[in-house]
Order: sequence, then structure tokens, then C-alpha cells
Amino acid sequence: MSSIASAGTHGLEHHAEHGHHHESFWTKYVFSQDHKMIAKQFLITGIIMAVFALILSILFRLQLAWPDKEFPILEVLLGSKWAEGGRINPEFFLALVTIHGTIMVFFVLTAGLSGTFSNLLIPYQLGARDMASPFMNMLSYWFFLGACVVMVSSFFVESGPASAGWTVYPPLSAVPKAISGSGLGMTLWLVSMVMFIISQVLGGTNYISTILNLRTKGMDLWKMPLTIWAFFLTAIVGLLSFPVLVSAVVLLFFDRSVGTSFYLSDLVIQGQILPNEGGSPILFQHLFWFLGHPEVYIVLMPALGLTSEIISTNSRKPIFGYHAMVYSLVGITVLSFIVWGHHMFVTGMNPFLGGVFMITTLIIAVPSAVKSFNYLATLWRGNIRFTPAMMFAIGMVSFFISGGLTGLYVGNSAIDIHVHDTYFVVAHFHLVMGSASIFGMLAGVYHWYPKMFGRMMDEKLGYLHFWLTFVAAYFVFFPMHFMGIDGVPRRYYAFTEFPFMEKWMSVNVFITWSAIVAGVAQIAFLWNFFSSIRFGKVAPQNPWGANTLEWTTPVKHIHGNWPGEIPTVYRWPYDYSKPGHHEDFIPQNVPFSETMSSNLPHDFEGNPEAERIQREWELANSPQAEKETE
Amino acid sequence: MGFINNSKFRAVVVLAFIVGMGLANQAFSQEVVDTAGQAVDTAVVTAADTATVSDTTAAAGGATAADSGTTTAAAPAAATTGTAVAAAEESGSTIDPQVYMNFFYGVLLVFLICVLVGVIGKIIQIYELTRRMNGKDTTLYARNFNAQLFVLALVLGLYGVYWSYVHHGGQAFRAAVTEHGKSIDNMFIITTVICTVVLVLTHIALFMFAYIYRAQPKRKAYFYPHNNTLEKIWTIVPATTLTILVLFGFFTWRSITNVSEEAKQEAILIEVVGEQFAWTVRYPGRDGKIGERNYRLTTPLNGLGIDFNDKNSWDDQLGSEIVIPVNKPVRFQIGSKDILHSFYIPDFRVQMNAVPGMKTYFQFTATMTTEEMREKMDDYNYDFVMLCNKICGGGHYNMQKKVRVVTEEEYTAWLNEQPYFFTEDLRKEFQLSQATDEQEDAKLLAQAN
Repeated sequence: MSSIASAGTHGLEHHAEHGHHHESFWTKYVFSQDHKMIAKQFLITGIIMAVFALILSILFRLQLAWPDKEFPILEVLLGSKWAEGGRINPEFFLALVTIHGTIMVFFVLTAGLSGTFSNLLIPYQLGARDMASPFMNMLSYWFFLGACVVMVSSFFVESGPASAGWTVYPPLSAVPKAISGSGLGMTLWLVSMVMFIISQVLGGTNYISTILNLRTKGMDLWKMPLTIWAFFLTAIVGLLSFPVLVSAVVLLFFDRSVGTSFYLSDLVIQGQILPNEGGSPILFQHLFWFLGHPEVYIVLMPALGLTSEIISTNSRKPIFGYHAMVYSLVGITVLSFIVWGHHMFVTGMNPFLGGVFMITTLIIAVPSAVKSFNYLATLWRGNIRFTPAMMFAIGMVSFFISGGLTGLYVGNSAIDIHVHDTYFVVAHFHLVMGSASIFGMLAGVYHWYPKMFGRMMDEKLGYLHFWLTFVAAYFVFFPMHFMGIDGVPRRYYAFTEFPFMEKWMSVNVFITWSAIVAGVAQIAFLWNFFSSIRFGKVAPQNPWGANTLEWTTPVKHIHGNWPGEIPTVYRWPYDYSKPGHHEDFIPQNVPFSETMSSNLPHDFEGNPEAERIQREWELANSPQAEKETE
Repeated sequence: MGFINNSKFRAVVVLAFIVGMGLANQAFSQEVVDTAGQAVDTAVVTAADTATVSDTTAAAGGATAADSGTTTAAAPAAATTGTAVAAAEESGSTIDPQVYMNFFYGVLLVFLICVLVGVIGKIIQIYELTRRMNGKDTTLYARNFNAQLFVLALVLGLYGVYWSYVHHGGQAFRAAVTEHGKSIDNMFIITTVICTVVLVLTHIALFMFAYIYRAQPKRKAYFYPHNNTLEKIWTIVPATTLTILVLFGFFTWRSITNVSEEAKQEAILIEVVGEQFAWTVRYPGRDGKIGERNYRLTTPLNGLGIDFNDKNSWDDQLGSEIVIPVNKPVRFQIGSKDILHSFYIPDFRVQMNAVPGMKTYFQFTATMTTEEMREKMDDYNYDFVMLCNKICGGGHYNMQKKVRVVTEEEYTAWLNEQPYFFTEDLRKEFQLSQATDEQEDAKLLAQAN
């Protein structure tokens, strides 16, 4: 890469190198400070963690489907401590559930999703050379990777990984005597989580400052794509809520290792009276869910942002109600902070508080409903191109609706008495934040793959991946609603001890087979993803005919993104199929002067000069005028 | 294009071959390790004068020895002992070589499926080539095939939802047998109706729009950036619906949780205390009051740590199961000795966490006896059950207590048979502690004087 390409903006970096920017393997691929490379690092790490967590889920699904059967291969793989005789140990089952949840929520759907696409798209779509603080950005990735390594390493300690559920409620997580996973494994969980939060805070600060400060000329807030709005609000939510989890984690660490009693009181563990006094386990739940609920939206909002962009691009239509979409995101952001108590309706929290939290919780359904209807309205009378990304985006909307609707049950404190902590909840959140977010993420991967790797993914494999995953996900999670209505609690090692659960055994087998199909279907994705890096068709500059700025950059990545000047932005990002224009898209950097035939009065935001020019042009080019000249 | 495709195809085949060889190699190397292990093992076995062991068992032992290399948990055991005895013990949990074969076949099967998918992909590519040669489009047809699949998914999906409601819903939903449970059920049914209508309508819209508005080369989408009226409608309609649900839910919730003082006095108080992984049920006895607990007083005899200084505790009775009279309000005082548990009776629509260091309550009135429920269910083994619904460790999945709802007479009769907590042994223990307390008090007094 020549220094001319980015001269002027990066003179400082180059002065020591006499015009040549040398990138060794280490600075390019490993300790990279380039947002595009960091995005790829986040994505690939996220994919690896997702596969890991997927395998964990298949393991515990095997146990649930065939509780009496032996799988000797498991003893080979897991060792005789955790799977003696090929049957998963009950405590290890809980460890699997715990780590599956932790990895999926934090490492895949928070870091893998936000980390990848915020890093990739914020500078690209805003017209910035890089993030505001590239070094912090690099640190963010390395803390994340460290957190992943520590979390996975907990499988190799003798007492096993954390097994108190991904919510790690004390006292179970605080007292190693109560469950072996609360020994060293839990310490590693806490260490990993602190590293993860540092990563999130570094990343979030960076995203916010980049969005606020590094927008290109003309890119005012109301010209930003919805993706950026989503990342921006997500970063704010993360920055405000993750530190609260640090406090929860630190206090738990003190309780475990220093002998304090923040969460502990009146404990007699297996006949031994513990000295702790005066704490309350409920405190932890408040602190945890003060992050935990915003976390749901940290997971969901980027997926919603990506989906908005993809649906609009591939319907060849502007997103319906851009302002409403932004306001509903803002509404979700604000409300997400005052609904956490709905996780605690039956924990013994004051019942009046439960009523209040129910009201706030159900209000949050309004912006979510607005978003769903706007998606549907965007599809209406579109010219829909079923790229794999679009398929996943449609799937995301489907999951968002079907999973969101059951929120009306669990958010209602009266009904929640019955379904709290049952499979109904499992079904609910796996659809609305699990499947919906992962589909949003996959849609993003298929859509921006050409931007990330300069090559196209295979469409046919994409379709196969979509249909198998979509159908299998519904097969896995839909029946779970009914198990929950029947009163089957989650995190049960086996359904064998209760006569009323026997009827669900066959359903469990069905669910497990569906999960295995869904798991195997991911091979189509992995193959497609990794082989296309090398063997995919070379991508054109703007393969989807999209309007946003990232598609104006060269296919081959260069440091600083744009070879020359950064493009100026003149219009909003959703001018698709504008009547009067010869193409069905007008990129954001095309000035109105070049699209006289399609300009609408609304476009000029009341600028009298522009309106006058447009009127004059229209007069000169009206059909009568043409006839006269003829 | 063709060349690229070709070379890609070649790459796929080569990769498939390499992966296949790799797998085969692994299988072979496994065998090599096995035989090596076998050799070592046989040697050890001979040294231990158990030469009679047949080849097959030795092979099995060899497999274990080979395993212990790969299996982390088994490794230390093998390393520390390393004698024939250990090998013999190990062979107790021997892994049949068939297990590896089965695993290998499983992997092979997945691999073959992948190859099959690849072959189908090639066929599609050839089909597309011929289409291109005939001057037909090669991307739109495939993309729009998905539009048809969406219609199919919609039809099958809606039928699936219907089937699931009838089939799974039928076996999942049992009407509540408590007074408050009926209002929860009402809310549940209203919510289900609303949600189902919205689910069906939105999915018809979603998938039918996908089909109807699939890309056509000549069509242009309709530029329709916003419509304030529409947006107002779909803000206000959900908001109104939700307001109704919220109000309804709020009053239901308050009626369940906000129990008046008189109602509390009328109810029978029963205490349930959870610990890993059992429940203890305490009935108040004649005085209707449950004695205080203090976790510091827990001894092997006094598992709950009942404070016998509180005379209310002297007639507390230990319930072998939860038995409650029908149509009488009962108030459960829920506690925990160690970690969080949850007191959950699905049929009653009752759930409350058991929190150490804090008492929680749930008051309800059962409206149907177990006998009546059995008749209604036509299942003469049916029982109400209370189960733990908060993750609490390895035995979480089996932490239950039977719940029986009986007539008032049966209840009194049953209660009379239940033993007291304050047994002879406990009385002695209590008196002893009193005595030592008095001695200590006396000592303190003496010192003070």
C-alpha cells in the first residue's frame, strides 16, 4: 500500500517510515488496530465460541432425550468424572447449561455480534478512516479473547466449570460445598466476566465517540443508517449497564474469597453452619438483572439494526418509518433500564414492585410492535431479492414476532407465577433473543461478507443453511412452550422422576433430533464461510446495490478505507426505487444535483435555494418543454 | 466462470479426499495405538501372573490404556498406580472398540451427507450452466424458488401451530385447581387468543409479502418511506391492547399477592423449608403458630434450627407430605436452609422462591381434592406435586414433595398422626443447652460482681 493513498490523514503514522507503511504478519493479523481486521477477529472468535456452545447444547440435549441410555463415546470425550459409563453427571449437566448460556449470551451475541458489526460498519458507514481510538479497539478484542480463553479453560479444572446457571445466583455460586462447579470454575467465570466487561467498556466508549465525532461531512444524525443508530444505542446501554455487573461480580468475588457477606446470610450447607450474616441473595439478583435485562437488548438491537438495513436493501424499498424506527430504538433503550424486576416476580421481592415492573415491561412491547409492523410494511410492494442475507433477515423478523409475543405471558406477573423458570421461558428467550439475534447476525455475515473478505459466499449453501436452521429452530423451541405450560422446570437433568413429565419424553427426543439437524446444518455455514475466504467469487464493489458508504470503498481493504478523499453524504441511506431515477438505488454520496429527475420536495429540508433550482429544472424538463424543443 | 467453478470443484474434491484420508489415518493410528497398548498391557498382565487372560480382554484392556492417554480424568489414575492392578480395575470401565467405530461411522455419515450436498450443488451448477447457455436467467429463478418455499413454510407452519395447540396444548394445559389460579388461567387464555391472532396474521403478512413481492426483473418497488397515520395506528392499537392486559394483570397480581391481615389470620399457616435436595414441612400444631427458627441452632437432631425458646414451636408437627384441606385458605411460609430453591406447584399456579435468611409467603385456596382431580383426569395415580424450580445443584431435578388436597375431616385425622418436632431427644438437648446457658450466665454474673 502506498502512502499516497492515505497521505494527509495519516501523515503522523508514516513519518518514521519514509513513505512506506510496513505491516508485518503480527501487526496485520494479530495485533491489528485496523477496524476491519478487528471486526474479522471478533467474528471468527465469535463463530468458534458459537460452535463450542452449540456442541455443549447438543451434549445436554442428548441427556434430556435419552436419560437412561449410555453413550460410551462421551466417557472418552469428557472423561469418566463427568460422564461415567457414558452418562452425563447431573452436576456436569448444569455446567453444560451454564457455560452454553454464558458463551451464547456474552461471547457470541454480545461480543461476536456487536464487536464484529460495530467495528466493521461504524467507520465504514459513517465515512471514517478508522475508529476514534484504534489502540483501545485492539485492547477490546484482546480482553475479549482472554475472557474466552479463561472461560473455556474452566473445563480443564478438576472441580469443573461454573454450574450455577448463567445467572450465577448466589448462594449456589458462592459456596463451593453446594456444587463442585462453584469452586475454581466459578472463580474463572468471574475473572472471565470481568475481562469481558473491560472489553465491552473499551469497545462501547470507542463506538460512541466514533459515532459522535467522526461522521463524514453531511452525515448528520438523521442521515445515519439504522445499523449505526442501533450500534450507538447498544453501546450506550452497554456502557451504562455492564459496570453494574462488575460491581455484582466483585461483591460475589469478595463473598467467595474474602469472607464477606454481601449476598449470604443464614446458611447451613450440608449440616455446616456458615458464619455469614446480614447479606441478601436478592441484592445480587437486582444487580445482575440491572445489567441482565438491558443485556437482552444489547443482544437484540444490533440484530434489529442489521435486519433493517438488509430488509430495506433487498426489498429495494426505503425502510418504512425511519424516524419511528429510531424512536422505537430509543424507547427500547430507555425502557430497558427500568424493567429488570420482571425477572424477579416470584423471588420474594415486594409484590407491589412486581406490579410496577409489569407495567414498564409491557410498555416495552409497544416499540417492539412498531418495529415489527414497520418491517412488514417495508416488505409490502417491494421487489424482494432473496439473497441469503434477506432470508435470514425475514427469519429474524419471524422469530422476533413469535418470541416477542410470549413476552406478554412472562412479562405479566400474574401469568409469570405459573411459567417462571419453566421451559416456557426457555422457549421465549431462545426465540426472541437467541434465534432472532443469531439470525440477525448471520444475515449480517452473509450481507457484509463481500465487504469483509472481498469475496462472495455461495448462495445455494446459504439457502440450505437458512431453511435447515429456520425449521429446526422452530422445531426445537416451539414445543418447549407447552412443556412450560405443563409446569416442567428448566435446568432439570432428567424428566424421569415425575409421572407428569413422562408424556414429554417423546417430545424431548424430537427436540434433540431437531437440535442435531440444526447443529449439522451449521457445517453448511462453516464450510461456506471458511472456504469462500479463499475460493469464493471475487466480489464486485457494490454487490447488493446498496446505498450506504461502505460500498463506495475499494474491494481490497486499504488502511484508511477510502483511497482519496472521504465521500460527502448528501442524502439519507434509504433512497431505493425512487421514482424518476433510472436505477433502483441512489447511494448516499450522490448529490441531489445529479438526480434532478427524482428529487422530492421533502429532500431539501426546507432549503429555499435548492427548492428554487429544482423548480427551475422541473420547468425546463417538463414534458411540455420537451415537446416545445422538439 | 466455468474454469473457476471447475477449479473450485476440484478443490472441493481434493479437500474431501484429504479429509477422508485424514479420518482414515486417524482410524488407523488409533489401531496402532491400540495394538501398542495391547502389547504393553499383555506384558504387564503376564508379569502379574494372569496369563490366562484371553486376547480379546487384553485388547479391551489395551483400549483403556490407550484411552487413559486421551482421557484427562483417567490419566492421573493410570499415572499414579501404573500397575497391573490398576489396569485390571480400569478394565471395569473398559470402552469397547466398537464405540470408536460407531463414532467414526457417525462422523463418516455426516461427511457423506456433506459430500452428497456438494454433489447436488454441482448438479445445480450444471443445470444453471445449461440455463445460461439457453440464455435464461440464473440467479433470479433460484432466489424466487425461496419465495415458493416461504408459502409452503407458511402453510405447513400454520398447520404445525394448530396441531401443536391441539396435541401438545391439550396435554399441557390443565385447569387450575385453586381460586386465584382461575383468574391466572383467564389471563392466560385471553393472552393466548391475542397472541395467536397476532402471530397468525403477521406471519401470513410476512411470508405472503415475501411471495407476492418477490423480485421481478421489470418491476420497481413502490417508494413508500412513511405514513404517519399507519404508524399512529400501529402504535396506538398495541398500546391500548397492552394497557388492557396490564390493568387486568395488575389487578390479578394484586389480588393474589396483596393479602389482607384478616385473610392472613384466617388461613392455616404451614412452613416449608428447602435444603439440598429435600423439603421439610412444618405444621403449626394446636396454637396455629409456627415457632421461630434460628439457623445457628441447627444440630443433627434439630435440622431446621427451631428455636425452642419460642414456645410456639413446642407443638409444631412434622408433615410427611403436604396435606391441605380443600376450600380453606392456606398460607405457606417458605424458607431455605442453604441456597435458593423455589416452591412450585404447577396445578395450583403457585410459585415462590425459598430464600435463605428471608421468609416468603404464598396464600391460596385449593378448590379440588386429589380424589376429585383423579376422577376428572381419569388417572387414579395422579398426584399434585410440589417441585423445586430454582437451580440448586445435582439433585435439583428430583427435589419434590407430594401434595394432597383432602376434605377437612381427613385433614384433621391426618394431622393428628403427625409427629412433633420437639421429641424426647430434642428436649434433652434443649434442656442441656439451657443449663449451660444458665451456668454461663451465672459465671458472667459472678465476674461482674
